Amino acid sequence: MRHLRLLLTLALLLGPALASAQPQPSPDEFVPISEIPPEERIPAINLVAAAYGFVWVAVLGYVWSLGTRIKKAEDEIARLERKGS
Amino acid sequence: MTTAVKVQLALATVMFAVAPWIVNAAPHEATMGLVYKIYFFHMPSAWMFMIAAIVSGVASARYLFTKNPKSDATAVAAAELAVLFGLLALVTGPLWARKAWGVWWVWDARLTSSLMLFLIFLAYLLLRQFGGPGSEKLSAGLALFGMANVPFIYVSVNVWRTLHPKTSVVPTLPVEMGIPLWFCVTAFLLLFLALLSLRASLERQRGRIDALYLAEDEA
Repeated sequence: MRHLRLLLTLALLLGPALASAQPQPSPDEFVPISEIPPEERIPAINLVAAAYGFVWVAVLGYVWSLGTRIKKAEDEIARLERKGS
Repeated sequence: MTTAVKVQLALATVMFAVAPWIVNAAPHEATMGLVYKIYFFHMPSAWMFMIAAIVSGVASARYLFTKNPKSDATAVAAAELAVLFGLLALVTGPLWARKAWGVWWVWDARLTSSLMLFLIFLAYLLLRQFGGPGSEKLSAGLALFGMANVPFIYVSVNVWRTLHPKTSVVPTLPVEMGIPLWFCVTAFLLLFLALLSLRASLERQRGRIDALYLAEDEA
Protein backbone atom coordinates (compact mmCIF):
# COMPACT_ATOMS: atom_id res chain seq x y z
CA MET A 1 0.00 0.00 0.00
CA ARG A 2 2.83 2.33 0.95
CA HIS A 3 4.55 1.60 -2.37
CA LEU A 4 1.33 2.22 -4.27
CA ARG A 5 0.88 5.57 -2.53
CA LEU A 6 4.47 6.47 -3.31
CA LEU A 7 3.96 5.53 -6.97
CA LEU A 8 0.77 7.58 -7.17
CA THR A 9 2.45 10.60 -5.61
CA LEU A 10 5.35 10.27 -8.05
CA ALA A 11 2.96 9.93 -10.99
CA LEU A 12 1.08 13.04 -9.87
CA LEU A 13 4.29 14.99 -9.47
CA LEU A 14 5.96 13.76 -12.64
CA GLY A 15 2.86 13.80 -14.84
CA PRO A 16 2.81 17.52 -15.62
CA ALA A 17 6.60 17.57 -16.02
CA LEU A 18 6.50 14.68 -18.50
CA ALA A 19 3.57 16.21 -20.35
CA SER A 20 5.43 19.48 -20.77
CA ALA A 21 8.51 17.55 -21.90
CA GLN A 22 6.68 16.30 -24.99
CA PRO A 23 8.52 17.26 -28.20
CA GLN A 24 7.78 20.88 -29.01
CA PRO A 25 8.59 22.45 -32.37
CA SER A 26 12.32 23.07 -32.12
CA PRO A 27 13.35 26.75 -32.19
CA ASP A 28 16.43 25.63 -34.17
CA GLU A 29 14.38 24.54 -37.15
CA PHE A 30 14.23 26.82 -40.16
CA VAL A 31 11.44 29.38 -39.90
CA PRO A 32 10.86 31.65 -42.91
CA ILE A 33 11.13 35.33 -42.00
CA SER A 34 7.57 35.94 -43.14
CA GLU A 35 6.32 33.49 -40.45
CA ILE A 36 8.23 35.08 -37.56
CA PRO A 37 5.92 37.10 -35.27
CA PRO A 38 6.44 40.87 -35.70
CA GLU A 39 7.64 41.27 -32.09
CA GLU A 40 10.48 38.83 -32.79
CA ARG A 41 11.66 40.58 -35.95
CA ILE A 42 14.91 42.44 -35.34
CA PRO A 43 15.70 45.46 -37.54
CA ALA A 44 18.61 44.66 -39.87
CA ILE A 45 20.49 47.80 -38.86
CA ASN A 46 20.71 46.57 -35.23
CA LEU A 47 22.24 43.27 -36.37
CA VAL A 48 24.69 44.96 -38.76
CA ALA A 49 25.72 47.47 -36.07
CA ALA A 50 26.13 44.67 -33.51
CA ALA A 51 28.30 42.63 -35.92
CA TYR A 52 30.58 45.52 -36.89
CA GLY A 53 30.70 46.80 -33.31
CA PHE A 54 31.64 43.39 -31.98
CA VAL A 55 34.47 43.02 -34.53
CA TRP A 56 35.85 46.45 -33.64
CA VAL A 57 35.66 45.88 -29.87
CA ALA A 58 37.15 42.37 -30.10
CA VAL A 59 40.04 43.44 -32.34
CA LEU A 60 40.82 46.55 -30.27
CA GLY A 61 40.59 44.49 -27.07
CA TYR A 62 42.99 41.90 -28.46
CA VAL A 63 45.48 44.55 -29.68
CA TRP A 64 45.36 46.21 -26.26
CA SER A 65 45.89 42.87 -24.49
CA LEU A 66 48.78 41.99 -26.81
CA GLY A 67 50.40 45.39 -26.27
CA THR A 68 50.11 45.00 -22.48
CA ARG A 69 51.64 41.51 -22.57
CA ILE A 70 54.53 42.65 -24.80
CA LYS A 71 55.24 45.62 -22.50
CA LYS A 72 55.21 43.34 -19.45
CA ALA A 73 57.62 40.88 -21.13
CA GLU A 74 59.97 43.70 -22.19
CA ASP A 75 60.00 45.09 -18.65
CA GLU A 76 60.74 41.66 -17.21
CA ILE A 77 63.59 41.05 -19.68
CA ALA A 78 65.09 44.44 -18.83
CA ARG A 79 64.80 43.70 -15.09
CA LEU A 80 66.40 40.26 -15.42
CA GLU A 81 69.22 41.60 -17.60
CA ARG A 82 69.93 44.37 -15.10
CA LYS A 83 69.95 41.80 -12.32
CA GLY A 84 72.28 39.51 -14.28
CA SER A 85 74.82 42.14 -15.26
CA MET B 1 58.32 46.15 -33.73
CA THR B 2 59.74 45.91 -37.27
CA THR B 3 59.00 48.44 -40.00
CA ALA B 4 56.97 45.85 -41.93
CA VAL B 5 54.71 45.25 -38.92
CA LYS B 6 54.29 49.00 -38.35
CA VAL B 7 53.28 49.46 -42.01
CA GLN B 8 50.87 46.50 -41.85
CA LEU B 9 49.26 47.82 -38.64
CA ALA B 10 48.97 51.37 -39.98
CA LEU B 11 47.44 50.21 -43.26
CA ALA B 12 45.04 47.85 -41.50
CA THR B 13 43.95 50.64 -39.11
CA VAL B 14 43.27 53.04 -42.00
CA MET B 15 41.42 50.36 -43.96
CA PHE B 16 39.28 49.36 -40.96
CA ALA B 17 38.44 53.03 -40.40
CA VAL B 18 37.44 53.49 -44.06
CA ALA B 19 35.64 50.11 -44.36
CA PRO B 20 32.22 51.28 -43.00
CA TRP B 21 31.98 53.90 -45.78
CA ILE B 22 32.99 51.43 -48.49
CA VAL B 23 30.57 48.81 -47.14
CA ASN B 24 27.82 51.42 -46.90
CA ALA B 25 28.35 52.35 -50.56
CA ALA B 26 27.85 48.73 -51.69
CA PRO B 27 24.36 47.98 -53.06
CA HIS B 28 21.80 46.02 -51.03
CA GLU B 29 21.40 42.35 -51.88
CA ALA B 30 18.06 41.62 -53.61
CA THR B 31 16.55 39.16 -51.10
CA MET B 32 18.41 39.84 -47.83
CA GLY B 33 18.62 43.63 -48.07
CA LEU B 34 20.84 45.48 -45.61
CA VAL B 35 21.72 42.55 -43.34
CA TYR B 36 23.87 40.85 -45.98
CA LYS B 37 26.46 43.60 -45.37
CA ILE B 38 27.60 41.61 -42.33
CA TYR B 39 29.15 39.37 -45.00
CA PHE B 40 31.93 41.93 -45.62
CA PHE B 41 33.32 41.35 -42.13
CA HIS B 42 32.02 37.80 -41.58
CA MET B 43 33.66 36.17 -44.59
CA PRO B 44 37.17 37.70 -44.09
CA SER B 45 36.97 36.68 -40.40
CA ALA B 46 36.13 33.12 -41.45
CA TRP B 47 38.97 33.08 -43.99
CA MET B 48 41.50 34.37 -41.43
CA PHE B 49 40.19 31.74 -39.01
CA MET B 50 41.01 28.99 -41.51
CA ILE B 51 44.33 30.56 -42.57
CA ALA B 52 45.36 30.85 -38.90
CA ALA B 53 44.51 27.17 -38.37
CA ILE B 54 46.64 26.19 -41.38
CA VAL B 55 49.57 28.39 -40.26
CA SER B 56 49.40 26.90 -36.77
CA GLY B 57 49.23 23.36 -38.17
CA VAL B 58 52.17 23.84 -40.57
CA ALA B 59 54.28 25.55 -37.89
CA SER B 60 53.42 22.75 -35.43
CA ALA B 61 54.50 20.11 -37.96
CA ARG B 62 57.77 21.99 -38.46
CA TYR B 63 58.23 22.17 -34.69
CA LEU B 64 57.62 18.45 -34.26
CA PHE B 65 60.22 17.62 -36.93
CA THR B 66 62.86 20.31 -36.26
CA LYS B 67 62.27 21.25 -32.56
CA ASN B 68 62.83 24.84 -33.63
CA PRO B 69 61.36 27.18 -30.96
CA LYS B 70 60.60 29.78 -33.65
CA SER B 71 58.16 27.37 -35.27
CA ASP B 72 56.53 26.76 -31.90
CA ALA B 73 56.20 30.52 -31.37
CA THR B 74 54.51 30.87 -34.77
CA ALA B 75 52.19 27.94 -33.96
CA VAL B 76 51.10 29.50 -30.64
CA ALA B 77 50.60 32.92 -32.25
CA ALA B 78 48.50 31.48 -35.08
CA ALA B 79 46.47 29.36 -32.63
CA GLU B 80 45.58 32.45 -30.61
CA LEU B 81 44.58 34.26 -33.81
CA ALA B 82 42.49 31.26 -34.85
CA VAL B 83 40.53 31.69 -31.62
CA LEU B 84 40.19 35.46 -32.15
CA PHE B 85 39.06 35.27 -35.80
CA GLY B 86 37.00 32.16 -35.08
CA LEU B 87 35.13 34.09 -32.42
CA LEU B 88 34.51 36.94 -34.87
CA ALA B 89 33.16 34.53 -37.51
CA LEU B 90 31.03 32.60 -35.00
CA VAL B 91 29.47 35.77 -33.58
CA THR B 92 28.89 37.71 -36.81
CA GLY B 93 27.50 34.63 -38.60
CA PRO B 94 24.51 34.10 -36.26
CA LEU B 95 23.75 37.85 -36.32
CA TRP B 96 23.41 37.56 -40.09
CA ALA B 97 21.60 34.20 -39.94
CA ARG B 98 18.94 35.50 -37.54
CA LYS B 99 17.66 37.85 -40.22
CA ALA B 100 18.46 35.83 -43.34
CA TRP B 101 17.42 32.37 -42.13
CA GLY B 102 15.14 33.23 -39.19
CA VAL B 103 17.35 31.34 -36.71
CA TRP B 104 20.56 32.16 -34.86
CA TRP B 105 22.17 28.77 -35.49
CA VAL B 106 21.66 25.51 -37.38
CA TRP B 107 23.63 22.34 -36.76
CA ASP B 108 24.68 21.92 -40.38
CA ALA B 109 28.10 20.65 -41.50
CA ARG B 110 29.67 24.11 -42.04
CA LEU B 111 28.63 25.63 -38.74
CA THR B 112 29.26 22.53 -36.66
CA SER B 113 32.71 21.89 -38.13
CA SER B 114 33.62 25.59 -37.69
CA LEU B 115 32.59 25.39 -34.03
CA MET B 116 34.70 22.23 -33.70
CA LEU B 117 37.74 24.00 -35.16
CA PHE B 118 37.23 26.90 -32.75
CA LEU B 119 37.01 24.49 -29.80
CA ILE B 120 40.15 22.63 -30.96
CA PHE B 121 42.18 25.85 -30.89
CA LEU B 122 40.60 26.90 -27.61
CA ALA B 123 41.76 23.53 -26.24
CA TYR B 124 45.20 24.23 -27.73
CA LEU B 125 45.47 27.49 -25.77
CA LEU B 126 44.20 25.88 -22.56
CA LEU B 127 46.74 23.08 -22.99
CA ARG B 128 49.54 25.62 -23.44
CA GLN B 129 48.36 27.58 -20.41
CA PHE B 130 47.84 24.71 -17.98
CA GLY B 131 49.55 21.68 -19.56
CA GLY B 132 52.94 22.24 -17.92
CA PRO B 133 56.24 20.98 -19.38
CA GLY B 134 55.87 18.97 -22.58
CA SER B 135 52.59 20.61 -23.55
CA GLU B 136 54.29 22.02 -26.68
CA LYS B 137 54.33 18.62 -28.38
CA LEU B 138 50.80 17.70 -27.30
CA SER B 139 49.45 21.02 -28.50
CA ALA B 140 51.35 20.66 -31.80
CA GLY B 141 49.46 17.40 -32.36
CA LEU B 142 46.21 19.17 -31.58
CA ALA B 143 47.02 21.93 -34.10
CA LEU B 144 47.68 19.30 -36.79
CA PHE B 145 44.28 17.77 -36.04
CA GLY B 146 42.74 21.26 -36.28
CA MET B 147 44.42 21.94 -39.61
CA ALA B 148 43.06 18.67 -41.00
CA ASN B 149 39.57 20.03 -40.25
CA VAL B 150 39.99 23.07 -42.54
CA PRO B 151 39.44 21.43 -45.98
CA PHE B 152 36.40 19.68 -44.51
CA ILE B 153 34.95 23.06 -43.45
CA TYR B 154 35.68 24.57 -46.86
CA VAL B 155 34.03 21.88 -48.98
CA SER B 156 31.22 21.07 -46.52
CA VAL B 157 28.81 23.53 -48.18
CA ASN B 158 29.32 21.87 -51.58
CA VAL B 159 29.01 18.30 -50.33
CA TRP B 160 26.20 18.42 -47.74
CA ARG B 161 22.82 20.11 -47.85
CA THR B 162 23.03 23.34 -45.89
CA LEU B 163 21.53 26.81 -45.62
CA HIS B 164 25.03 28.26 -45.98
CA PRO B 165 25.92 29.66 -49.44
CA LYS B 166 28.23 27.52 -51.60
CA THR B 167 31.89 28.39 -52.30
CA SER B 168 30.92 29.52 -55.81
CA VAL B 169 29.36 32.73 -54.40
CA VAL B 170 32.58 34.78 -54.13
CA PRO B 171 33.79 34.40 -57.76
CA THR B 172 30.33 35.27 -59.07
CA LEU B 173 29.82 38.45 -57.03
CA PRO B 174 29.09 41.61 -59.06
CA VAL B 175 31.91 44.19 -59.06
CA GLU B 176 30.04 46.60 -56.74
CA MET B 177 29.95 43.89 -54.07
CA GLY B 178 33.33 42.35 -54.95
CA ILE B 179 35.32 45.56 -54.38
CA PRO B 180 34.18 46.08 -50.75
CA LEU B 181 34.65 42.38 -50.08
CA TRP B 182 38.27 42.28 -51.32
CA PHE B 183 38.97 45.59 -49.57
CA CYS B 184 37.85 44.03 -46.27
CA VAL B 185 39.74 40.80 -47.00
CA THR B 186 42.94 42.86 -47.52
CA ALA B 187 42.33 44.79 -44.27
CA PHE B 188 41.83 41.55 -42.33
CA LEU B 189 44.88 39.94 -43.95
CA LEU B 190 47.12 42.89 -43.06
CA LEU B 191 45.78 42.82 -39.50
CA PHE B 192 46.35 39.07 -39.33
CA LEU B 193 49.97 39.36 -40.54
CA ALA B 194 50.77 42.19 -38.12
CA LEU B 195 49.20 40.40 -35.14
CA LEU B 196 50.91 37.13 -36.07
CA SER B 197 54.33 38.82 -36.05
CA LEU B 198 53.65 40.63 -32.77
CA ARG B 199 52.25 37.56 -31.01
CA ALA B 200 55.13 35.36 -32.22
CA SER B 201 57.63 37.95 -30.98
CA LEU B 202 55.91 37.89 -27.57
CA GLU B 203 56.32 34.12 -27.46
CA ARG B 204 60.03 34.45 -28.30
CA GLN B 205 60.39 37.06 -25.54
CA ARG B 206 58.80 34.63 -23.11
CA GLY B 207 61.34 32.01 -24.18
CA ARG B 208 64.07 34.53 -23.46
CA ILE B 209 62.61 35.23 -20.01
CA ASP B 210 62.63 31.50 -19.25
CA ALA B 211 66.28 31.30 -20.39
CA LEU B 212 67.21 34.27 -18.20
CA TYR B 213 65.52 32.68 -15.17
CA LEU B 214 67.38 29.43 -15.85
CA ALA B 215 70.69 31.29 -16.09
CA GLU B 216 69.84 33.06 -12.82
CA ASP B 217 69.14 29.73 -11.09
CA GLU B 218 72.37 28.20 -12.36
CA ALA B 219 74.45 31.22 -11.26
